[in-house]
Amino acid sequence: MSEAEKEYRKLGLKDNEFLKIIEYLGRKPNYLELSIYSVMWSEHCSYKSSRALLKNFKATGKYVLQGPGENAGVLDIGDNQAIVFKMESHNHPSAVEPYQGAATGIGGIIRDIFAMGARPICSLNSLRFGKLYNDEHQRYLFEMVVKGIGDYGNCMGIPTVGGEVYFDDTYKGNCLVNAMSVGIAQKDKLIKSKAFGTGNFLVLIGSSTGRDGIHGATFASDELNEESEERRPSVQVGDPFMEKVVLEVCLELIDKKMILGLQDMGAAGITSSSVEMASKGDVGVDIDVAAVPLREASMVPYEIMISESQERMLALVDPSKLSEVKAVCDKWNINCERIGTVTDNGLYRIFKGRELLGEIPVKTLTDEAPVYHHKYEKPKYIDGTISFSLAENDYAGLLKKYSHNEIFKKMISSPNICSKKWVWEQYDHMVQTNTALLPGHDSAVIRIKNTSKAIAFSCDGNGRYCYLDPYKGAIIAVAETARNLACSGAVSMGLTDCLNYGTPEKPGIFWQFKNSIDGIIKACEELEIPVISGNVSFYNESFGKAIYPTPIIGTAGLIADVKNLVGMDFKDNGDKIILIGNNDKNNDPENDGIGGSEFLELFFGKVAGKCPDISLDYEKKLDNLCIDLISDGLIKSAHDVSVGGISVTIAECCLSGKKGARVNIKAETVDLLKYLYNENQSRIVVSASQSNLKLIGDRCSKVNIQFQEIGVIGGESLIINEEIDVDVNEIIGLYNSSIEKIMSK
Amino acid sequence: MPSRKKPYFGILVFPGTNCEMDCYHAVKNLLKVDCKYIWHKETKDDDINAIIIPGGFSYGDYLRSGAVAKFSPVMSFVRDFAQRGGLVIGICNGFQILLEENILPGAMLRNNTLKFICKYVSLKVEDINNPFTSGYKAGEIIKMPIRHNEGNYYIDSIGLARLKENNQILLRYGDADGNINSDNNPNGSIENIAGICNEKRNVFGLMPHPEACCEKILGSDDGLKIFRSMIGSIL
Repeated sequence: MSEAEKEYRKLGLKDNEFLKIIEYLGRKPNYLELSIYSVMWSEHCSYKSSRALLKNFKATGKYVLQGPGENAGVLDIGDNQAIVFKMESHNHPSAVEPYQGAATGIGGIIRDIFAMGARPICSLNSLRFGKLYNDEHQRYLFEMVVKGIGDYGNCMGIPTVGGEVYFDDTYKGNCLVNAMSVGIAQKDKLIKSKAFGTGNFLVLIGSSTGRDGIHGATFASDELNEESEERRPSVQVGDPFMEKVVLEVCLELIDKKMILGLQDMGAAGITSSSVEMASKGDVGVDIDVAAVPLREASMVPYEIMISESQERMLALVDPSKLSEVKAVCDKWNINCERIGTVTDNGLYRIFKGRELLGEIPVKTLTDEAPVYHHKYEKPKYIDGTISFSLAENDYAGLLKKYSHNEIFKKMISSPNICSKKWVWEQYDHMVQTNTALLPGHDSAVIRIKNTSKAIAFSCDGNGRYCYLDPYKGAIIAVAETARNLACSGAVSMGLTDCLNYGTPEKPGIFWQFKNSIDGIIKACEELEIPVISGNVSFYNESFGKAIYPTPIIGTAGLIADVKNLVGMDFKDNGDKIILIGNNDKNNDPENDGIGGSEFLELFFGKVAGKCPDISLDYEKKLDNLCIDLISDGLIKSAHDVSVGGISVTIAECCLSGKKGARVNIKAETVDLLKYLYNENQSRIVVSASQSNLKLIGDRCSKVNIQFQEIGVIGGESLIINEEIDVDVNEIIGLYNSSIEKIMSK
Repeated sequence: MPSRKKPYFGILVFPGTNCEMDCYHAVKNLLKVDCKYIWHKETKDDDINAIIIPGGFSYGDYLRSGAVAKFSPVMSFVRDFAQRGGLVIGICNGFQILLEENILPGAMLRNNTLKFICKYVSLKVEDINNPFTSGYKAGEIIKMPIRHNEGNYYIDSIGLARLKENNQILLRYGDADGNINSDNNPNGSIENIAGICNEKRNVFGLMPHPEACCEKILGSDDGLKIFRSMIGSIL
């Protein structure tokens, strides 16, 4: 094999893929063409391992204006307004260069939003790291990722309003950085990315092109190992100020109807953006690399074509409008260069001036790219983990070691449970003055000015559940977001997902992936939530070990009247605490809800057992009930039971409202442990005044949802069955300072 | 400028400004007062009688917050406007720019936490004899959000003595009971200073964001009185 032929392997192409290229071209590709194929056929750009399964997602529904296939999905929220959102991963770059990796992840997802003609109104993120305690490197990653997200979003003036963070050593060598961005647009100002109209121009707007991020898409499509550190130059460098300017320019161009289409330049830069525009419009495109503004004059064509320099957009412009477009860019002092032209020959041609450097049929880079149907097989570990459960004397043994009080305090101090205040205080979460619910509640709530509406968002995903049972775990991820939204009185409208897995060629990994997809499909169908956008991240492995399968779901909900908003905080002394839901009757009697729980991991060091059960039919009834109770003003707070169990839920209601409570559970001491810390699904803790109690009870029984009065708000402490008795100020102290204490080590 | 006319606010917009729409919303939509944006390349404006320099990252602020903004064309207009006695309020990045411009005394250092801080804080209104805080009661405790990386205000001892002598310290960080000490100083600023005015009392710089707390749904509406005070002093 000649040197030249081995090049394709270095670029990440497989032998059969190289042969396919020769077949498509009828000749051997030159290096530029090979580079273009390698990035377009990378897993990152082509979704070649996931495409066949992803098309089973249901993407239609009463709110949906745009499903997957554009830069982001779009939902109709009435009044000629639409919200645009998507979630994307930036795991690999963040693992080797956490600050820039995370920052450019934010930059990328924000561009996807304004590429649709929407003004970004908020961001959320979902982060996973190894445990922080005793691990300086994990603390460094966490610190720098948070700083990267903050610096970028803060400068952009886009509030980062919510998200979640979990720590588990499965993510030690491969942290997860999933970012979701949301925008709002006038429905009639939405813009698409397809190229059309022979002779129309492709105009590059924004930063000059440099050598950063070359082969980033290929890098993101490989496992991490010792050599990954050398890939640091593959990580892009962000400039949020430039992006802010690009954002304003693009929105102005759209508002003034000066451009016909817009596409973000993300992975694989000029190549993927122009190829995707051409492919969607079934047209050809000529690109002139000599027209691209460069940071380094010595850059060669393939570098220019696949550079992932940030803060660049590609616009489709009618030739007669070019001077107007340039004038807007001049006002903002940014580059605006015509780098391409739409043709009708279906070819992707690269020129340097008049010299033709490469010629590829557009569709061979997109629709005709390879699709893989990987083998899948249930991994061996599953049979081992599923049969595990704690014995009675395990619980008794724990109670010999620690009192109920001590166990409770350890739980609320766990980094997986405690306040993420350390994170969100570094994010500007109030700019744009729409944040109706400050971070720390079940969902983030953004009011829409000049209307009574608000939009709520929740991000969630539990890798432990998915490790034990990827199907049920994925269902729970969707259900959890819907329940979080219901706790804010919001009706789920649609979701975006970010699917993080190991290497898809491994049958066990692909089994996890396939089962999670099936779970998401099932949950979306039953809960009537369409999937409108998303992203898949494979190869999340380091040194051969995969992360837990971690699908992250980001769901958007609509609140009809924001004045009914309740948070999770307990409001008034004397109000009753009620548990609604409790689907024990639907559960497998063998399933105690302790499998995969924080309690099990924290005190027994195990991620094992059965993933909690869930009945979607029941969940839907519960969520609708909660939304009704809020909109009818019957309850004053609502908070769902999730990681950590009901004790944590009640503690959070107490600390956010700075109120004590007295709770009585009918359970003996060992059973009390199970009761307090199991993570059974479909339960919401609400509070209400005594006078509404009967009405709430009636509402519950009408829809066959269990109703149980479990306590009363008041006093200085949270007291549960006389076994737990902790001053609320102490709870606040432990809960709020836990991460800060670890980080200031 | 004419001394008596309808209030008309001008809001400066640098390319990296990001709170201009929030200020606009507060003044125009909530207080129903005329308002317009003034692009950083402008050099004059005869309509307005109050200027807001909003928060954000003027020109990216990669060098030092506000350090580049002072060279922009619009700032010579602002300087001139202030000299003629026009009302100028600089919020967050706007405060940083006024310091860089030497329109207000002192300098801004990085937060002593070395982190960006976004949270609600309690402030004590230290002076009400000025056009910006006249709507509050003296000593009133108010709640406003801070959102900055560089809010650690510093001034030398001579400058500090002058600020005190002339009652130029308008806002201090404190707790909900009005205690002012290092425990409730979020960023390390000298003597918990959150906002100061110039000697002529027509220019005000503050780190907290009054425009972000003008409606109860946002957690506080204590910021409204700042703009109301300004409007009242123009009328």
